[in-house]
Amino acid sequence: VTGPFPRSLTRNPRLDQWIFFGDDRSVTVMTGKVEIGQGILTALVQMAADELQVSPSRIRIKSGDTGDTPDEMFTAGSQSVEVSGHALRIACADVRESCLQQAATLSECPPALIRITDGSFAGPGVPAGLDYWTCGKAIDWRRHVRADATLRQPGSFHSIGTSLPRLDLPAKLTGAAFIHDLTFDSMVHARVIRKPRPVSRLDTGCLEGLRRQLPLSIELLVMGDFVALCADTEKAVVAAAEKASTAIRWRDPLSRAEQDFDTERLKELDTIDRSTEAAGRAHQRNAVSDVAATYRRPYLAHGSIAPSCAIAHWDGATLSVWSHTQGVFPLRGALAQFLQIELRAIVVHHCQGAGCYGHNGADDVAGDAALIAKCRPGRHIRVQWSRQDELSASPYGAASVVEIRAGVDADGKPTSWDIEIWSPTHNQRPGSRGAPGLLAGEALPEPMSAMPPGDVPDELGGGGSRNSFAIYDLPPQRLTHHLVTGVPLRTSALRGLGAQANVFAIETFIDELAERAGTDPIAYRLHLLSDCRARNVIETVMQMSSWAQRPRGGDGVGYGVAFSRYKNRAAYVAIVATVEVDEDVRVKSIWCAADAGLVVNPDGAINQIEGGIIQALSWTLKEEVRLNSEGQLPATWDDYPILRFSEVPEVNVHLVSTNDVVTLGVGEVAVGPATAALGNAISNALGQRFRELPLSRERIAAALLTNAS
Amino acid sequence: MNEQILANVMECSVNGRIAPLSGDRSGLLLDFLRNTLHLKGSRFGCGHERCCACMVLIDGQPSYSCTRSLESVVNCRIETIESLGLEHSLVRAFLDEQAGQCGYCLSGILMSAKGLLDRDPSPGRAQIIEALEPHLCRCGAHARIVRAVQRAAKLDGAA
Repeated sequence: VTGPFPRSLTRNPRLDQWIFFGDDRSVTVMTGKVEIGQGILTALVQMAADELQVSPSRIRIKSGDTGDTPDEMFTAGSQSVEVSGHALRIACADVRESCLQQAATLSECPPALIRITDGSFAGPGVPAGLDYWTCGKAIDWRRHVRADATLRQPGSFHSIGTSLPRLDLPAKLTGAAFIHDLTFDSMVHARVIRKPRPVSRLDTGCLEGLRRQLPLSIELLVMGDFVALCADTEKAVVAAAEKASTAIRWRDPLSRAEQDFDTERLKELDTIDRSTEAAGRAHQRNAVSDVAATYRRPYLAHGSIAPSCAIAHWDGATLSVWSHTQGVFPLRGALAQFLQIELRAIVVHHCQGAGCYGHNGADDVAGDAALIAKCRPGRHIRVQWSRQDELSASPYGAASVVEIRAGVDADGKPTSWDIEIWSPTHNQRPGSRGAPGLLAGEALPEPMSAMPPGDVPDELGGGGSRNSFAIYDLPPQRLTHHLVTGVPLRTSALRGLGAQANVFAIETFIDELAERAGTDPIAYRLHLLSDCRARNVIETVMQMSSWAQRPRGGDGVGYGVAFSRYKNRAAYVAIVATVEVDEDVRVKSIWCAADAGLVVNPDGAINQIEGGIIQALSWTLKEEVRLNSEGQLPATWDDYPILRFSEVPEVNVHLVSTNDVVTLGVGEVAVGPATAALGNAISNALGQRFRELPLSRERIAAALLTNAS
Repeated sequence: MNEQILANVMECSVNGRIAPLSGDRSGLLLDFLRNTLHLKGSRFGCGHERCCACMVLIDGQPSYSCTRSLESVVNCRIETIESLGLEHSLVRAFLDEQAGQCGYCLSGILMSAKGLLDRDPSPGRAQIIEALEPHLCRCGAHARIVRAVQRAAKLDGAA
């Protein structure tokens, strides 16, 4: 086995938690990871197919079900192929070796001489009919997966490294495919009227009037500040929810202030501080000058294209929940705590939702449905959020302020390096820090305890501090991380967490240092990089973009480059962006070179990287959570515009070949470098630095005006 | 009495089949498609014509089904994603290009693309982008989606 024994196998040690053979010559593999639009199930099938030497079409995959799949926590952090795939391969290798051993015992042919063709065994003296399905019967499926199973090597792969088409796509192009499409007999449709802020209290005086307005067929459920409406049809409950949202009054109504959303506010709030240092080479030369700059990222909305949805059913003994959560097991734990039901009385089934880029409303809406189901035993309760709920009640991506200070020597090289970050938490997922963290919990008569402050620990990649240490050859880097508490929004994981702001800051700062030194930005980076894989992606993107032939910049056309290795341990990504700027920023082309180690499905990996780049362009050019004209959080897409078809550039992604046998995740790797490359390109086009996201038309115009005056 | 008789004959056609509208006159087309006809491929995204997840063809025109009243589609010809199927050139092209990530926006996009290709069998890139401009995709599959529509036009042209 290459690398450490995966923690998924430590948590779920038995063979039968990972794989079994069906009577119809099928193989079923199980994973705790779930499909969230990233193609994970297809990649896992490919990995199992090659380890077992069967055709991918023979493999069925079960995912994300607390009843019968392994517990692999959250599908997050670009780790599914790396962690779940690795665990699955080891389990499959163990099964392959055990079945071959059994075949050898039956035939006296040594295992090494037995060939496997689509699951059937052949070799000297091996009788016909020996295969996984016959030999598998002799395996003790309840034993633990062996740590010493031998994985098959890259040269022997048939499916890994090929672009097997996504298994889930045909259903999505022809009809029902999502949790929203799931129905049960005599299902109850429910809607929840959300309180505008955690501190808001229901003015119960309004309820009598509301009841009079609602048809008798509508049931109004009120528990503390939790207000739900139930009906037999969706049409009826939507109409009732519309009435209720205007009729219901809250004490302490909206009193958010526009300045609450200014990133500058982060420095005025309470913080939990820590300092740490990354080793580096002490610089031999003296600093001749000090450079400092401050970079900002606003709060971002998750912006799922579908409203969150869940179905729950309580029969008096068991709670069944259907959810598009990223973690069926953590959600089960949170529901147990929230509803005070035993863990073993809850089953959570994953069902696909729209694209998920972090902690969205999936768990919260499951909490809503479960709470209502508990009050209405025997019926399936379906809750679907409104567009306004989706944009205003889902957790937001955290804002950040990042300051970098460096001393530079006579050649413009850093002699010292300090990075200081102010950012609220990037993780309030259900179950974090012992709290259920479900939105309905704060509305109950006896509200659930609030989640204690904290962020993703550095050993798990960090939250606000993710990618805060550059992997350039720098002097020791000092990090001061201020975890900001008491912000006016619920913040949690959004694609890349702190990496977008930190890579934007570091890669813009490096560009600024190159400019001060009068050095080409790519040459400057290469001077500071001894990591061969890092150099390789930068040199590759340089060729892809014909970097050496680019225009000089400064006259409205600009080129920018940026690089990072996500979490300093996942894939390496280098990006070049080119823009035209006049009244608007038009992104013309993006080139990206990535080293993701052993790539299971090249087209799938490229699709993920392309998506990460385009989403980052949307964040960078357009997105910022602000109050709308009615003083509310974003309620419609008009309040929170995202990138449109006409604004999407050509995107060219190239995966550099590598001999590495370890797979590095790709889902989140592009957002930091895409942001910084775009920023550097805009600065190159206009001859002026922009350090505050989003790089919107308004902000660029304001910066140009300030500079001119 | 007359009104009731009139109500009973109200109908539209959905994917080539007659669908009586009698019980649902006050409703919205998307709810009718999803909850009465159980055609789940047309999707709810925003409910106010801002994302196009609910796009269907009404008499060949790409139309929002989330705000469209049933009264306004009497005697109209409605087409949804369920009318295409895996052999349709657009579906094949989207599979060939692997044009999608989560897929939630795709059924609306395919219906707008069908509306475009029915009008103009060989649109340029600019026409495709114009037709898809009101559609939102959060996963960033845009570039592949445009390529898939171009490929579908070629498939149709070759057929």
